[in-house]
Amino acid sequence: MFDVLSRIVRTGILTEPSASPSIEALQKDIWGILGRALTIRQVDAGSCNACELEIQALNNPYYNLEGMGIKFVASPRHADMLLVTGPVSVNMEEALKRTYDAVPDPKLVVAVGDCGACGGVFGTSYASRGAVANVIPVNHTITGCPPGPAAILKGIFEAVRSTFSGVHR
Amino acid sequence: MNFDFPEQQPVQLPANIPAGCLRVNREQWLQTAKALHDANTRLLALWAADDRDRDGCFRVYAMYLLPETILVVEHAIHDASNPMYPSIAALFPSALRMQRAVYDLLGIASDESDMRGWLRHNGWPETLFPLRKDVDGSAHYSIAPASYPFVTVEGDGVHEIAVGPVHAGIIEPGHFRFSVVGEKVLRLEERLGYTHKGVAKLFEAFSQQDGHRLAARVSGDSAVAFSWAYCASLEAITETPVPLRAVYLRALALEHERLTNHLGDLGALGNDAGFALGLTQFSRLKEDLLRTNTVAFGARYLMHYIVPGGVSVDLPGRARGLLLKQYQELERGVVKLRSIYDEHAGIQDRFREAGRLTNELAERLGAIGLVGRASGIACDLRVDHPWQPYDKLRPKLITQAYGDVAARVQVRFDEVLETLRLCRALLDDLSSGPIQVQVPIAEPDRMGAGVIEGWRGPVIVVLETGRDGAIRRCHAHDSSWQNWPLLEYAILGNIVPDFPLINKSFNLSYSGQDG
Repeated sequence: MFDVLSRIVRTGILTEPSASPSIEALQKDIWGILGRALTIRQVDAGSCNACELEIQALNNPYYNLEGMGIKFVASPRHADMLLVTGPVSVNMEEALKRTYDAVPDPKLVVAVGDCGACGGVFGTSYASRGAVANVIPVNHTITGCPPGPAAILKGIFEAVRSTFSGVHR
Repeated sequence: MNFDFPEQQPVQLPANIPAGCLRVNREQWLQTAKALHDANTRLLALWAADDRDRDGCFRVYAMYLLPETILVVEHAIHDASNPMYPSIAALFPSALRMQRAVYDLLGIASDESDMRGWLRHNGWPETLFPLRKDVDGSAHYSIAPASYPFVTVEGDGVHEIAVGPVHAGIIEPGHFRFSVVGEKVLRLEERLGYTHKGVAKLFEAFSQQDGHRLAARVSGDSAVAFSWAYCASLEAITETPVPLRAVYLRALALEHERLTNHLGDLGALGNDAGFALGLTQFSRLKEDLLRTNTVAFGARYLMHYIVPGGVSVDLPGRARGLLLKQYQELERGVVKLRSIYDEHAGIQDRFREAGRLTNELAERLGAIGLVGRASGIACDLRVDHPWQPYDKLRPKLITQAYGDVAARVQVRFDEVLETLRLCRALLDDLSSGPIQVQVPIAEPDRMGAGVIEGWRGPVIVVLETGRDGAIRRCHAHDSSWQNWPLLEYAILGNIVPDFPLINKSFNLSYSGQDG
């Protein structure tokens, strides 16, 4: 137990101040749209797993996503946002559509990675539908192969922001 | 070791480690498999190709790991209208799913009774075999949903739990069907193939000089291993010697990939045992390493790094000091966390005896890689079939005998520490010089293999060249093919809530298997 406590104390708080926009402004936006915290359901619709590793990294102490009031949930029914990696394989098409349908409205869909955004090296084929937008409506895309955690975070911010301004327009 | 091969001796196969190719007929295909099975060799991969445009044949291949070499057994099937070959799954159980995949892609059937689609989930017509040369891989088909006949367990109180393909975490998709009584698992049946992206067909649209980009994305957590295996096969075919500095940098990148994934797993395993501090601490160490990767290799995940003839980015002068400091901090952190894990009664209570894969079962089912080593299978290609620079580095073989989650955790801890030693040795011996040479366009119809021990186990790429720098056929294989079926055994008698922990201790690739 002493070792555990000493480890915690020695490590300290590593969370970095996030780049633009400020956390307070983001939290205000999220509150404005949803009236509560942002919950995300991640769906791997056929990715190579690199995007998943970078999305997982958002929960490490440096990015501390949960500290910003954003958390990953286990059920689409609890989610405000679907964070989808691609390309959408033909074998995952049905599962992705069903997951999308299970998310309550209003919902946001963010496609992560070059493959999710445009099909990437895989494109479309007998086995791949390519971009997520070919299968379900997408609000925002985050490019990169894989995009780093900072880019994913920024993309989540922008998706929330653009939807927010859309509501008021 | 000498085998009583039918009629002929193997011809040499271009590869990064000693390799041979043996051409056999239908009877010899099975005879050879029997002889190799009796001599305790391991099946590394099984695949097939459509050569009807060349000589009217289909071909099926099996790659075996012999004590000194690898052996590819090639069987030409002349009856192209009804192509069949004898199943070797009774001898090498891991062949079963590979044979099902061969049928899904090429319509070449084994004489096995289980003909359920493995990669084909009714997303394309039953009569269409996408990897055949006369099939247009870019065509689209609508899905015709059909149920998959899982093997059912009957009896008082037995019920099924269906999990996936969309999992309750940030992980890859697959389906697990549990048959349980109360909480106890009586049977687990996996259904994979959800992330099948048609990689094999897609390779044929890439040029030889460009194929490494696709190889790196077969399984993103093993980008270095796959792209190295691809480049090794092309360099072996073209007899291109890679500059020594590039060889060492490739190994450094491969060992960083091992470190990154092991650190991630050790954290996730702590978390799955209810010890959140483990996840926090290890994910921090992993993030530190990924940020160092950006300085040393130009990116966090090294999709771009290994290219034909060498590497794409040279190690900057300032990286050496940074890396050595990083290794020191990592080592200190990991040693400390290891003692916390080892002495924590709650963690050990979850780790020990959970998901046990006995040595006897691991041997019989052909376990390989990290999972095999945790069940006493002494096999690490870096140690027993070393390629440059591992012949000089001489990595230590790390094994555990007991085969439970605790053993797989210990193998990871030991490998992290050994890998840190290797990284330092690589930096010490790093010579100056060029980092890339030009790889010429290979002659058509040549075959070569690249075999690399990635962090999960052997990663294999077999490349066949086409005309004018094209790829005729490229087969990429991840060791997850061999180890996925073992999870179905390791879970037996355990309780459902321990499945995430046991599954994580295997941490197999979905994308690498599905292709």
